Amino acid sequence: MSLLEVRDLHTSFFTPAGEVKAVNGLSFSLEKGKVLGIVGESGSGKSVTAYSILQILTHPGRIVSGSIRFHGEELVGKSDEEMRKIRGNKISIIFQDPMTSLNPTFTIGNQLCEAIEMHTDRNREQSRARAVEMLKLVGISEPEKRLKQYAYELSGGMRQRVMIAMALACEPDILIADEPTTALDVTIQAQILELMMKLQKELGMAIMMITHDMGVIASVCDEVIVMYAGGVCERGTTDAIFYNPRHEYTRGLMRSIPDMSDDEKTPLIPITGTPIDLLHMPPGCPFAPRCEQAMKICLQEKPKEYWVGRDHLSACWMNVKDGICCTERPEEEES
Amino acid sequence: MERNQAGKPASEYLVQVSHLKQYFPVSTGFLKTTMLKAVDDVSFGIRRGETLGLVGESGCGKTTVGRTLLHLYTPTEGEIWFDGEKIGSRESLKNFRKRAQMVFQDPYSSLNPRMTVADIVAEPIDVHKLCAGREAREARIRELMTLVGLNTEHATRYAHEFSGGQRQRIGIARALASNPEFIVCDEPVSALDVSIQAQVINMLEELQERLGLTYLFIAHDISVVKHISNRIAVMYLGHMMELASANELTGHPLHPYTVSLMSAVPIPDPKESRKQQRIVLEGDVPSPLKVPSGCPFRTRCSRATKECAERCPEMREASPDHFVACHHL
Ligand SMILES: Nc1ncnc2c1ncn2[C@@H]1O[C@H](COP(=O)(O)OP(=O)(O)OP(=O)(O)O)[C@@H](O)[C@H]1O
Ligand SMILES: Nc1ncnc2c1ncn2[C@@H]1O[C@H](COP(=O)(O)OP(=O)(O)OP(=O)(O)O)[C@@H](O)[C@H]1O
Ligand SMILES: [Mg+2]
Ligand SMILES: [Mg+2]
Repeated sequence: MSLLEVRDLHTSFFTPAGEVKAVNGLSFSLEKGKVLGIVGESGSGKSVTAYSILQILTHPGRIVSGSIRFHGEELVGKSDEEMRKIRGNKISIIFQDPMTSLNPTFTIGNQLCEAIEMHTDRNREQSRARAVEMLKLVGISEPEKRLKQYAYELSGGMRQRVMIAMALACEPDILIADEPTTALDVTIQAQILELMMKLQKELGMAIMMITHDMGVIASVCDEVIVMYAGGVCERGTTDAIFYNPRHEYTRGLMRSIPDMSDDEKTPLIPITGTPIDLLHMPPGCPFAPRCEQAMKICLQEKPKEYWVGRDHLSACWMNVKDGICCTERPEEEES
Repeated sequence: MERNQAGKPASEYLVQVSHLKQYFPVSTGFLKTTMLKAVDDVSFGIRRGETLGLVGESGCGKTTVGRTLLHLYTPTEGEIWFDGEKIGSRESLKNFRKRAQMVFQDPYSSLNPRMTVADIVAEPIDVHKLCAGREAREARIRELMTLVGLNTEHATRYAHEFSGGQRQRIGIARALASNPEFIVCDEPVSALDVSIQAQVINMLEELQERLGLTYLFIAHDISVVKHISNRIAVMYLGHMMELASANELTGHPLHPYTVSLMSAVPIPDPKESRKQQRIVLEGDVPSPLKVPSGCPFRTRCSRATKECAERCPEMREASPDHFVACHHL
């Protein structure tokens, strides 16, 4: 049994203009102690997937269908009260923007202690001790003093570390990190990633790492999901995705990364075309209108996910055409 | 010989900044204000037709340098020269505002959602009265939209109807409207994903070539900055630490901060990444309200000595065209 198992998840926003299918038939699983990367175009549904798992979708969004099992237990359909016991306790999130998730009118200490008190049976004093311990753990000096400060008094890196401290205070089984280091310089980013990996090993927790940064994915993730238009186009081990991509979108993504070792300034190779309109999803593969390899069937029928390696799945008709995929998980390793 | 607009011989540099300071008064308690030294004694030049990259951690003063350079903020101290002319007087500013433009950091909040694309793009045209008559104005809007790869049929749509990459194109079209020679691009691709980022970077490079533009390109993604820049400047807590050609700075960084910065750039290759020797700095970036004495980097620097606490190092030319501010080099 997987720690987290998402099956055919559909989440939509019911706007006046119509139904925005932000997550559209997404399936994946997350194992204990693993780091799963999620990449994909802006607007492909990464954050909405995270919010669906925690059921913190804002109006007019809701889960339309599908299943999310945590330790085998179905989360879809749970009451808000039941979900509150899981949020921040068993599954925590670090939000894309730390400023929106830290309350500007309360001190850091106030917010940290409250989160700890709510999810554990510690009293105020014990919570405070735990808060200090957590701030130390994430490398914040003078934690007692910091507890009395407000979010705006801290630097971006420090705020992000407070968020991590808060997310980890209750030793969750799963940490969802939504672009945790985007606004930070690479030296602070390296510190924070190192810290997250250290804690992940010590606490045996699983991490869902949402990011645009393929460098971050390469350095910390065991497995990767590549999303496009609310669905998975490809998933597999990090090595499989980087060294043997089996979907045109993934290939395009890899090609468009600037190469640090290139001193000649070779022009970048972007993915041409514009992102899909989620209000008007085409019947076939959502990437087909931008895919240089698209065939007739790609525009007509949405491809299913097929195994292309022992730990590697891809939803692309090319693999079917070339006969290099199967419906059963293959025995042998991918070369 | 090339000549500048004033008819004088054109210098190698289009933009020159000397001893620029930008301090902001911030309230630090009841009736107490402290000066936040966002930019503290920074000097550099930008050559004609080149792209100067500007990197550094969040809050180190990159945007403030860009805005002060364009006189969107009046400098606390220091001089800005553009095409051989000192900028500051009312007359110099009027001309300068046409010739120098800015593309803003956030494509989501920098465009007014109640304005159509046409009106956004035409803003500088209207401000500087650059087109006589409605037809000329509309033709120019179409020309600008085509230039940045926007569909001219979308001119009457509102900004919020566009994706991040498209919004960034709108911002770039607006910046180009007054036919500027110089553009400050403040993190024009940071909010975009890699594939859209590549589109916008290619477009900026094409426009530079076609229109002979000079860029100050602010970003924190080093691989993007390396790709687009001829030279790169590194800032830390309002100070400039190092300035060199893009290949030299990324290949042979000298300042301890730049060295750690380069060692920590995430490599988008799992096997290479596993071998990477990152120099992880200790401690946190100090508050800009309490910048350490002497060298601002010394509190996180493994080579810091007594001298570093006493005296702020000045930029020196360590090798041809490679400038660095450190006592130990
Ligand atoms: N409140 C909302 N109302 C309508 N549509 C929404 C709402 N929130 C999100 N969406 C849509 O859902 C889709 C998925 O959004 P999501 O935030 O998950 O993207 P993302 O992959 O996290 O992108 P990014 O990389 O930019 O953070 C987008 O197309 C977005 O426009
Ligand atoms: N108008 C202002 N008033 C007071 N302080 C300001 C103002 N603008 C900027 N600052 C402060 O000046 C410092 C430099 O800010 P700036 O926006 O230039 O940084 P940056 O390098 O562009 O950061 P980022 O990468 O986050 O955009 C920060 O400490 C910031 O809080
Ligand atoms: Mg998101
Ligand atoms: Mg900025």
